[in-house]
Parts: sequence; C-alpha cells; structure tokens
Amino acid sequence: MSESPEESASVGELVLSLRGISKNFGAVSALTDIDFDVHAGEVVALVGDNGAGKSTLVKILAGVHQPSSGTINFRGRPVTMPDPRAALTLGIATVFQDLALCENLDVVANIFLGNELSPLRLDEVAMEMRAWTLLNELSARIPSVREAVASLSGGQRQTVAIARSLLLEPKLILLDEPTAALGVAQTAEVLNLIDRVRARGLGVVMISHNMEDVRAVADRIVVLRLGRNNGVFEPDASNQDLVSAITGASNNSVSRRAERLRMERDHSGSAQAGEQRP
Amino acid sequence: MTDVKQGASAPLALDRADARVKHGAGVGGAVSAFLDRVRSGDLGSLPVIVGLVVIWTVFTSLNPVFVSSSNLVNLLFDSSTVGVIALGIVCVLMVGEIDLSVGSISGFASAMVGTLWVNQGWPVALAIIAALAFGVLIGSLYALLFNRLGMPSFVSTLAGLLAVLGMQLYILGSTGSINLPYGSALVDFGQLMVMPKWVSHTLAVIPGLAMLITGLRTVARRRAANLSTPSVAGLILRVAAITIGLELIVAYLNQARGIPWMFGLFVGLVVAMNYALTRTKWGRSMTAVGGNREAARRAGIKVRAIYLSAFALCSLFAALGGVLAAARLASASQQAGTGDVNLNAIAAAVIGGTSLFGGRGSGSAALLGILVIQSIASGLTLLDLSSSLRYMITGAVLAIAVIVDSLARRSRASHGRA
Repeated sequence: MSESPEESASVGELVLSLRGISKNFGAVSALTDIDFDVHAGEVVALVGDNGAGKSTLVKILAGVHQPSSGTINFRGRPVTMPDPRAALTLGIATVFQDLALCENLDVVANIFLGNELSPLRLDEVAMEMRAWTLLNELSARIPSVREAVASLSGGQRQTVAIARSLLLEPKLILLDEPTAALGVAQTAEVLNLIDRVRARGLGVVMISHNMEDVRAVADRIVVLRLGRNNGVFEPDASNQDLVSAITGASNNSVSRRAERLRMERDHSGSAQAGEQRP
Repeated sequence: MTDVKQGASAPLALDRADARVKHGAGVGGAVSAFLDRVRSGDLGSLPVIVGLVVIWTVFTSLNPVFVSSSNLVNLLFDSSTVGVIALGIVCVLMVGEIDLSVGSISGFASAMVGTLWVNQGWPVALAIIAALAFGVLIGSLYALLFNRLGMPSFVSTLAGLLAVLGMQLYILGSTGSINLPYGSALVDFGQLMVMPKWVSHTLAVIPGLAMLITGLRTVARRRAANLSTPSVAGLILRVAAITIGLELIVAYLNQARGIPWMFGLFVGLVVAMNYALTRTKWGRSMTAVGGNREAARRAGIKVRAIYLSAFALCSLFAALGGVLAAARLASASQQAGTGDVNLNAIAAAVIGGTSLFGGRGSGSAALLGILVIQSIASGLTLLDLSSSLRYMITGAVLAIAVIVDSLARRSRASHGRA
C-alpha cells in the first residue's frame, strides 16, 4: 500500500517533478535516485530520520546544492538552479528553519528586505500597504507591522517569514521544520497558514519530524530513508506504517505498542469481562 | 473569526483591524506612545538631550560666559571637525564593527594637505581630493581584510592606527609641522567664515518646511491607501516647535559672529546621513547587516559590499575631518589626530545613541554626541581646569553613555523591542 505515488494527482498541475536525483558528497551518497512530485495546491510532507536526506533535497530545490545526477522539471520545463537566486527567480521560495529575520527591523522592512521599492527614496506607504495585503491574505494575526520583529512571538515570526517568501509570487514554497520551535497555539497558527498558502494554489513542501503536524496538513507524505525513496503515504496511514518506513524496522517500540493494543482489544472483546491486565 | 474584521467594518484602516493593539489618537496619543517607548528602554536621543541640559546648566552656573553666544559659536567651530569624524564612526558602528584608526587617518589627511598644498604647490582642491581618496583607500583596505581574510576590524584598524600615524610622521619629516597660509580660503573656512544673517535665518526654516511638506504628503498618501494617518495637529505642533526653536537659536548665535559655514557643512552631512540610513535601500541594508548578518545575506543583500561601504565611508569622513581640523588650526602637525581625537569621535557616536552592538544609530547621534563632548571641553577650559580633569570627566560621560546603552538594550529585550 505504500507504493502509490500518483494517487492524489487531482489537485492541480504538476509544479515540480524530480526524476532520479542523486547527490554525492565525496564518497557519501546523500541522495540516491530520488523521485519526487509536487502539484499546485498540494502540501507534500517530507519525513525521514536524521540523515535521511531531507535537508539535502530541500537545499537542492533551493539552489544551495546542485544534484550530481538526475533531472528537475519545474512547471513542465527541465531547469537547473546554480544558486539560490536562480531558484527564487524560477518561483521557488524557501523558509529556512532559523527564519532569517532581522530582529531590529520592523515587519515591513523584514518582508521587503533585499527587495525594497524605490531604493533611493523608500516608498514606505506602498510597502506597508503591500505588507498588510499579504498578511491579510494569509489571515495572519500580526498586531502592527511597524513593530520590530523582536516583539513578535515565534508563530508570528514564522508568519512574517512565510509572508516574505510569498512576496515574490512563488509557485512552490519549501518550509524547513516550520513548527519545530513553536508552542501548541503557535503551531496551530502556522498549520492554518500552510492551509491558506495551499488554498492560494501554491505547491508546498514541508519538512517535519512531528507526525501530528504532518497528518494535520499534508496531502501526501513522502518518506526518505538513507537517501532513498521509502514510500509515499496518505495522511491517514497508520503511525506504525510511517514509523517503520522511516526507521526501516518493523520491530520497534511503536509497532510493539500497536501490537500490544491490538492484542488487548482482541482479548477484552472476546472475554467481555472487565479484565485489566493482558 | 478572521473575516469578520474586514467584512463588518469597511471604513476601518488596513492597519487598525486588530483589536488587540492600542492606538493612541491625536497629540495625547503621540505623547503617551512616546512615554511607553521610553519606559520600555527605547530611549532614542532622550538621554543625550537630558545630559546636554545638565552639562549646560552646571557650567553656566559655574561660569556664565559658557552660554554667551560668542562661546557657543566657538563651540560650533570646534564641534564640526571631530563631529564629521564621529559621523564616520556611526557608519561602522551601524554594521557592528569599529574603526580605531580614525584619529590617525585624520592626522595623515591634514599632513597630506599640508605637504601637497603648501610644500609641493598643488592646488588646494586637488590636495584635499587626494587626502579624501587616501581615506577611501584605507577604508577599502580594512574592508578587504575583513571580508576576505576575516580579520576583526578591531585588530586591523588598531594596526592601521599605528601604521598611518607612522606615515604621518614620515611625510611631515623633520620639521614636524606645516603652517597653512592665513587668508587662504581653506583656513578662512575653518576659522572665520560664518553665514550671513539672512542665510542662517532662511536655513532655519527649511527643516520645519521639509517636515511639513513630507508629513502632509505622507498623510495624504496613507489616507489614499486606506492606512491609518498620523495626526496633522501633532505634525503642525512639531513643525512649529522646531522652527521657532531653530530661529531662536540662530538669532542668539547671530548676536555674536553667527553660524559657521563649517558647522553648516557638518549639519548638511548629518542630514544626508540621516536620510541615507532611514530612507534608502542602502541604509536598510546597513541596519539589517548590523542586526543579523546571516539574515541579510539570505535576503540577497550583498553583505560584503555593505561592509565595504561602511569602512570606506568611515575613513572618508575621518580624512575630511582631518582636513577641517587642519583648516581650524591653520596647521598640519605631528600632533594632529593624536591624543583624544580618536576616542572623542568614538565617544561622540556612542554618547549620541549609536549602539556599540550594531543595528542602531543615526547621523544626528554624531551631532548630539559631539556637542556633549565639546561642551565639557569648553566648560572646563573656561573654568581653567587642566586637560587631566577633562579626560577624566569625558571618560566618565562615555562610561555612563555605554551603561545607558547596555541597560536600555536589556530593557528593550525584555519589553520585546529591538
């Protein structure tokens, strides 16, 4: 059941398609023969253990690394991305794990950093208007765009980072661990945000270690293991299947627990008595 | 929950839709917002203005000559030279670096003007341009060492301090000092030239006028863009206060010689720097690099070019300050740029409110800071106190300024401001 790559192809046109991507760092092959598709209006979660190659894959998509072999098709055309600028120009925006915001600048300045309007006479009014439009489209809850980013919570900062990535009208957004450092409410806020980005018709690739978050927003879950494709799952796949795909082992604490629970259920179902211990 | 805000209340301004944020209205709102800011440690130029008032009150009570218009005119002459150097220090502090060699560079620039102009017979303008070009060159060298070799600016400029001082002593040779001819335009500029009364009064109106025009235009544009608008009454009040204040100061100084042109040049540079730092992409990039270098790099800012511009501008201003100092003293000597010039320039920038930690600063910091330092120097001279005491007091004021900066920074962090 884990080999159904094109099941949810109904969402939209194919934005990104990788075929046979490999990446070697010297003798180490970080990625081997990776196939990966993202459609418009689709959230694809990229999961895997540490060292599975998630970050390498995202860095290839962001133009930070170049693949050793394989082809990247973006919106139907084969492309190469020699540097991060090239990825941005194509329409691939990346929200890095550590956000990369300047705390001493306000929200507007951060959203437009490096892309200011009229460089010799900054057009603050137009920039503020555009910033509010972007944030409102995301239904973001930012109290004031003229406050320094230092005064914002983690979730609000993540919102600003995502709004900034939307500024250049990308077709695909890469989110590297967007909820890793966030609390419960802020995580929910960011997941809502991802939903809205998807509703705008963008393709979203999200790296996460948190299976709850992945299930909450992802349309497909792509598992990498030791630099290889190790299955594509629906978000309602069982935890046991996911964990065994990620770890490669069918005998681990999650599977044992699931086994125990099933036995418990069977046991109590047959006995009908209030027996406590299996 | 999210769509109600926009749907139900259409006339609500785009940036006033969030009910959780307090927005003061009118003049009262502006005042309470200011007090809130100060309480959270976002002091701006408040400490230095308070400090200036205290210093002036103390010195005036000790010797009433201190506030006489003729002494204040001299104060402005003296402030302009080191003030220009402090303006350069603001640039490097903005990106979180330092230049310890500004004193030496200013001394070498004055020596260059002396030798090229007086000894070699170059036209004075050419000699000045050569000195300024030398400043840019040295700054670019620091930037090269910093960008390519990762040499801390603290070390490279310390080395520069010694090396450039050596070059200054070398080109001045055995004579040790070169007198610039009295009556030449450069020396007159440094010692005598003041604005005619009508010029200074006209110039004093311009800041208010500029504020009014840009303020009204901003209000109109923000209203058209459905953004909240600042209060027009508050704007007019500020403009009136600034214009009346400036006119009074100018009238008072005009009782003596008047406003020095050299000070006019300094203020012009301060205004240009303020504009460049707050209203251009370059200034935004400087602030970003000073605040978070990696974030600036990922945003596509050419971080190395920003460092280069900061170091080169700093040395350029140092060289210009040296030329002005030579004009002020009518000589280029081995003493030029040594002693307290270096630290006065750095102290002025910091006292004026430029953060040593990068990412915060403005041109006016150099202006306010140098006024504090020169006021102390002038006041102590009037009291006939030796330079030993002056050093101690200036040192104490610098320490206080850095303490205020550090405490305000900590308070800002705990209040969620940057």
